Amino acid sequence: MTNTATTPNAPALELRTISKAFGAVVALANASLTLERGSIHALVGENGAGKSTIVKIIAGLYQRDTGDFDLDGESVNFTSTAQSKAAGIAVIYQEPTLFPDLSVTENIFMGRQPTLSLGRIDRKLMRTQALGLFARLGVRIDPDRPTQGLSIADQQIIEIAKAISLDATVLVMDEPTAALSGVEVDRLFAVARSLRDEGRALLFISHRFDEVFDLCDTVTVMRDGEYIDTSPIADTTVEQIVRRMVGRDVTTLFPKEDAVIGAEVLTVEGLTEAGVFHDVSFGVRSGEIVALAGLVGAGRSEIARAVFGVDPYSAGSVKIAGARVPKRNPAAAMRLGLALVPEDRRKQGLVLESSVARNATMAIRRNLAKFGLLFSPAENRAAAEWSSRLEVKTAALDTEIGTLSGGNQQKVVLAKWLATNPKVLIVDEPTRGIDVGTKAEVHRLLSRLAGQGMAILMISSELPEVLGMADRVLVVREGRITAEIDRADATAESVMFAATHEEVVA
Amino acid sequence: MSAVSTETTANRVGWALASFFKARETGILLALVIIVVVTTARNPNFLFSGDGFRDLLLTPSILLLVAVGQAIVIITRNVDLSVGSVLGLTAYLTGRLFIDVPGIPIIVVFLAGLVFGGFLGLINGALVAFAKVPALVITLGTLYAYRGINVLWTGSDRINASDMPKPFLALGTQSILFIPVLTIIAVVVLIAAGWYMRNQRGGRELYAIGSDPDAANLYGLNVTRRVLVAFVVCGALAGLAGVLYAARYGTVNSQAGSGFELEAVGAAVIGGVAIFGGSGTVWGAAIGAYLLFTINRALPILGVQDFWQRAVVGVLIIGAIVLDRLLALRQSRRLVEARDSE
Repeated sequence: MTNTATTPNAPALELRTISKAFGAVVALANASLTLERGSIHALVGENGAGKSTIVKIIAGLYQRDTGDFDLDGESVNFTSTAQSKAAGIAVIYQEPTLFPDLSVTENIFMGRQPTLSLGRIDRKLMRTQALGLFARLGVRIDPDRPTQGLSIADQQIIEIAKAISLDATVLVMDEPTAALSGVEVDRLFAVARSLRDEGRALLFISHRFDEVFDLCDTVTVMRDGEYIDTSPIADTTVEQIVRRMVGRDVTTLFPKEDAVIGAEVLTVEGLTEAGVFHDVSFGVRSGEIVALAGLVGAGRSEIARAVFGVDPYSAGSVKIAGARVPKRNPAAAMRLGLALVPEDRRKQGLVLESSVARNATMAIRRNLAKFGLLFSPAENRAAAEWSSRLEVKTAALDTEIGTLSGGNQQKVVLAKWLATNPKVLIVDEPTRGIDVGTKAEVHRLLSRLAGQGMAILMISSELPEVLGMADRVLVVREGRITAEIDRADATAESVMFAATHEEVVA
Repeated sequence: MSAVSTETTANRVGWALASFFKARETGILLALVIIVVVTTARNPNFLFSGDGFRDLLLTPSILLLVAVGQAIVIITRNVDLSVGSVLGLTAYLTGRLFIDVPGIPIIVVFLAGLVFGGFLGLINGALVAFAKVPALVITLGTLYAYRGINVLWTGSDRINASDMPKPFLALGTQSILFIPVLTIIAVVVLIAAGWYMRNQRGGRELYAIGSDPDAANLYGLNVTRRVLVAFVVCGALAGLAGVLYAARYGTVNSQAGSGFELEAVGAAVIGGVAIFGGSGTVWGAAIGAYLLFTINRALPILGVQDFWQRAVVGVLIIGAIVLDRLLALRQSRRLVEARDSE
């Protein structure tokens, strides 16, 4: 940092036309970002826009495939987090990464403790410095206690203290406020502003626009791994940012056929689990597709899992066609006609080492068994029927399912649950990681099932899918349903606005 | 809150006393003292005969060395189950060197044991660090592999006391100022290891790695290198223990050191080294080693029958782990309460 090569007016950090792919998945196509000294820069974008990948490239955790990465006007190539740290970059991850068994002081100075002769760690000096850092940040944290059990807010303060003691010139905060209360957010922002005034460059990633407008001076929008726009906060509005975040064609794909919407089949009332979701009430009628939209981590999957009985809830009720579904009893939920296609099919939906037939019939094993024994012919017959109905592309029914493509795996998971003949189908991210062609097939299938009178609750992070498929959109924000939007009124802007905003004008 | 200021001697002594009584190791030290006192009350020879006192210090010294190495590895959230086999191999190597290289200086044999043990540890460490297979599995494999090599090399042969020079064997039994030489060696190693683990950056990083390996990676610590070094040190200490084993017992066959790995893990766990890494000290492991062996010697004197002795050791280990969990739970509850009441 001391040599003369530092260009005086170069930005603290500059990324130009960065791309990064993981196998066939393109995480960043053309990303750019410029951080100036003495500025707090916001980075916003939908789920999967590539924000986290950018952070990891800056941190040295990932290496870019193409593009330029300049620090203080000089090109850098980090191959480890140690290198980026040495260059003056500090990253505060959403989940603080502290060593729980070690003291607060040790956590701040790990690996670069002040030493005396013989490399002996100078504990007294280290402690004094830690106290000095906390005094400067205006917080009171006991420097001698282990970090285990500290609140997330305090842990983040320790991360920031780390960054300051490193004399970091660039500070990246990846959704630091996600787990903080109002007071804690205020304290964090005060610290961030004082760091800005010292001439450091800060990058702030958040889904909360009120915070972005409160704290930051510049905002960069990303979408689908690409740079969209950078503008001063003063010259922009929430509406403009939202439009840039979602701005894509959402009309074409995903045609939901009209279905006869009948009586309410799934009724959820006042579902609450402290710290996860609060007072969630909604209904799904037969023939209807209801989407649960919102940001990742808003609590959508948790609600679905509680409805199905996998996860507990402390208050509220779930009914299917008037019959109460008992808590924490997925088997009873299945008997009542509920099916859940989980988010992570590889971990929660399939036994990857097992055959297609085994997997497809897993949920109806009990019905297929005779005298408690399971015979292959019965299994294969049932599997063959469902595989052909869903057009699963597989060489044979005894193929190991781990070898199938993502789309075909998803069809098998669907087959497994459809075989139980459910009245209500809950699908969590039904098309994640599936190619476009198969995606359309899954959509057509869901649409047809609704047409046959099934009630479908769909969780999706993809706005086009939500807007194209759903008869009604329920927006979940921080564990609460903040808006209910009818198909006619649902637009990318209105859903995104409800997903990110405190006060909703519904 | 509490001040950094007043550095009067009284305060310092008070602080030292307070931290002594709070330390996890104190309880186990107390247990050791109680056992010695009770057993001595029953039979004064346990402590007050010349042999009794010597045995008390001498017998656990070899295990102490192995347990210190084991503790270092466990602190990084790994484990080395091959230490018994490493000990066996180096013990046999020691005998072979004296037979095959007549007149070899004793110090060279010690160095050979350290280097050979360190090399076997390096193999463990490399497999764990680069192949990303859990240490439990890797070292279970090398436990058998090293023992297999030992059996292949030794056959039905064995090293006898007459094969080794007198001055070397004397190391195993001699005392300086009533303290056995073996114990002095072990304690010197213990002090060095304890000092390193507490006062050096490298030592603290071992704790950090064991406390949260993922965080250590994100933080930019050189996890691979540190874990490798921990295994090398553990292997080298087992190697040193092998040389001392030969000096102490004079006879080495292909089964020397069998079961030492479990005694070493037991000593570390009893001494308060958390099995999931990140906390505990080599001092605790050392006291654990003494407790394990002292109990074994005390029980017959206290009239406990042979076949109960192993069960007692088992109870001790389970008790230590349960205590550890309880303390950890109480600690985290207290920390959370402290946070909520702020």
